[in-house]
Amino acid sequence: MRFTGTDTYVATDDLMMAVNAAVTLERPLLIKGEPGTGKTLLAVEVAKALGRPLLQWHVKSTSKAQQGLYEYDAVSRLRDSQLGDARVQDIAHYIKRGPLWEAFDSAAPAVLLIDEIDKADIEFPNDLLRELDRMEFHVYETQQLVKARHRPAIIITSNNEKELPDAFLRRCFFHYIRFPDRETMERIVGVHFPGLKKNLLAQALTAFFAIREVPGLKKKPSTSELLDWLKLLVAEDIPPEALHNPETGKIIPPLHGALLKNEQDVHLFERLVFMSRRNA
Amino acid sequence: MLNDFFLRLREGGVPVSVREYLMLLEALGKGVADYRVEGFYHLARAALVKDESHYDRYDRVFAAYFKGVAELPDGILAAIPEEWLRRMSELNLSDEDKAAIQALGGWEKLMETLRQRLAEQKDRHQGGSKWIGTAGTSPFGAHGYNPEGVRIGQGASRNRRAVKVWDQREFRNLDSSEELGPRNIKLALRRLRRFAREGAPEELDLDGTISATARNAGWLDLRMVPERHNAVKVLLFLDVGGSMDDHVKICEELFSAARTEFKHLEYYYFHNFVYESVWRDNRRRRSERFPLASVMHRYAHDYRLILVGDATMSPYEIIYPGGAIEHHNEEAGAVWLSRLLATYPRAIWLNPQPEQRWDYHDSIRITRELMTERMFPLTLDGLDRGISRLRGQ
Repeated sequence: MRFTGTDTYVATDDLMMAVNAAVTLERPLLIKGEPGTGKTLLAVEVAKALGRPLLQWHVKSTSKAQQGLYEYDAVSRLRDSQLGDARVQDIAHYIKRGPLWEAFDSAAPAVLLIDEIDKADIEFPNDLLRELDRMEFHVYETQQLVKARHRPAIIITSNNEKELPDAFLRRCFFHYIRFPDRETMERIVGVHFPGLKKNLLAQALTAFFAIREVPGLKKKPSTSELLDWLKLLVAEDIPPEALHNPETGKIIPPLHGALLKNEQDVHLFERLVFMSRRNA
Repeated sequence: MLNDFFLRLREGGVPVSVREYLMLLEALGKGVADYRVEGFYHLARAALVKDESHYDRYDRVFAAYFKGVAELPDGILAAIPEEWLRRMSELNLSDEDKAAIQALGGWEKLMETLRQRLAEQKDRHQGGSKWIGTAGTSPFGAHGYNPEGVRIGQGASRNRRAVKVWDQREFRNLDSSEELGPRNIKLALRRLRRFAREGAPEELDLDGTISATARNAGWLDLRMVPERHNAVKVLLFLDVGGSMDDHVKICEELFSAARTEFKHLEYYYFHNFVYESVWRDNRRRRSERFPLASVMHRYAHDYRLILVGDATMSPYEIIYPGGAIEHHNEEAGAVWLSRLLATYPRAIWLNPQPEQRWDYHDSIRITRELMTERMFPLTLDGLDRGISRLRGQ
């Protein structure tokens, strides 16, 4: 059962290799890459392709590693004790399972997504070392050892905002999703817009890669932004000719707001277009 | 063979560990890679390299180590565009050759023979004189077939991935030449953080209170903790004016990043080199100066000292009394710097000049000696190294 991409996700050779290695060896896979290159989507697609249940854990700056395992809800227990509820006697009622526990306890091998692990505190990955390595942990309150029935395929994404500790990296496979080249991009667009007119696609990609080449942009448009933009172009029914202006040789894309997300970038871009027109 | 590759990677500056190597062997044992060099390349990279800025180093080591080992990819037969061969033959083959082709039975036969020859040919033929590539009677070649073997498929998209990816070195520009922006600087500085709870307990510890109360069978038990803050203290000395004008932008960014990152940040300015006094406000640099001695008394030894300057000047400005360009200094700059370093053992010098130019300036060499080599370029990589130097010790 090898992952070879899906009908809605185009995977390159090296990405497939990394996913298959991680799934076969049951080790976590760490995915990095520019925002909008489909890091998070990968886990969803892997789960779909392998027919496994997907569990997601979206990490925030306030997330603690413990929350992935379980949480002890002391407040509920306190309230129940004041109300004289009989449940209060059993502490297990107040242990809330986290996504990692759910993944370990899943009847079929699961795919667990740990999204944006770099958002959390620096120590966060260190706190998960044993859990990811041995795939077991101890519940302190109930003296229970939780062990994975099947080792889940764990996919971890990072935006590189914090450096991850070495000990953590050593336990993972690693893949950096490179920005797709024109050819891969055509395949990606083909998967999302199967009926797209050939010449519109060609013009749109030319415009898109030209914008990415503009020097000094604060944020370069990414794959997901290209897909949004194409959706708008299709919805507005813009003809391919509008994307390319042969007189100036410069591209003035309509609806550029979908591609450029920063007013400084839009200004810069408009200035460049204006200058090239004046020179022409 | 792979042990050697592993050692080469370490020599090449890719920080691989035995654990990762064993992981790779395990994956190979389970047949994850499909016994093609390309598959092995991707698998080994996923298992061994954990930082995209090391991809380039990995590519270089891989290319050097597996040069010549790579066999001709199987797919190449299908990937040689027939059109292309035909065109090349028209360009390069003489009439006799064309006649010979006809004698061989035309194009169908020709392709068949080529297939056979390729099957017999086990190695990559650098010279290419034996099998394919000689002019004359052999129909394949007359420079039409590049003996490097892999370049042949360049026009065909299917085989382009087989153009050995590691030779393309696509990750070249990720190798630590990343642009230094305020965000990067902040992230680098953040590694200096050392959180601590110090001082009077004045913040309600909600979790502590809840668990203490729960443990207390419901009797409220309030817990307090001191506020958590970054306990690192930083003393920043910035060179202004003169040759530093070229580096104003990067220094501004460093300064603004440092200001937001550190609660305890003290900063002073100097010109070219530190002498007996420094100042805090550039507009009042003449009237309001602080003696360096009092600065050193004021801030404790646990401050970390960061000097930012290009250290590009006449060597006299460092080593001779009276060498300063703006005033007469009683004691040489080198003396003052040594005093600073004695007071603050954890110190670095960040230099906005590119590292490769350092050797051309005597003053930089002298400053580096005074700093006992703790000078780092003001790049992301240099900042990283500098900060880990400040963290250590």
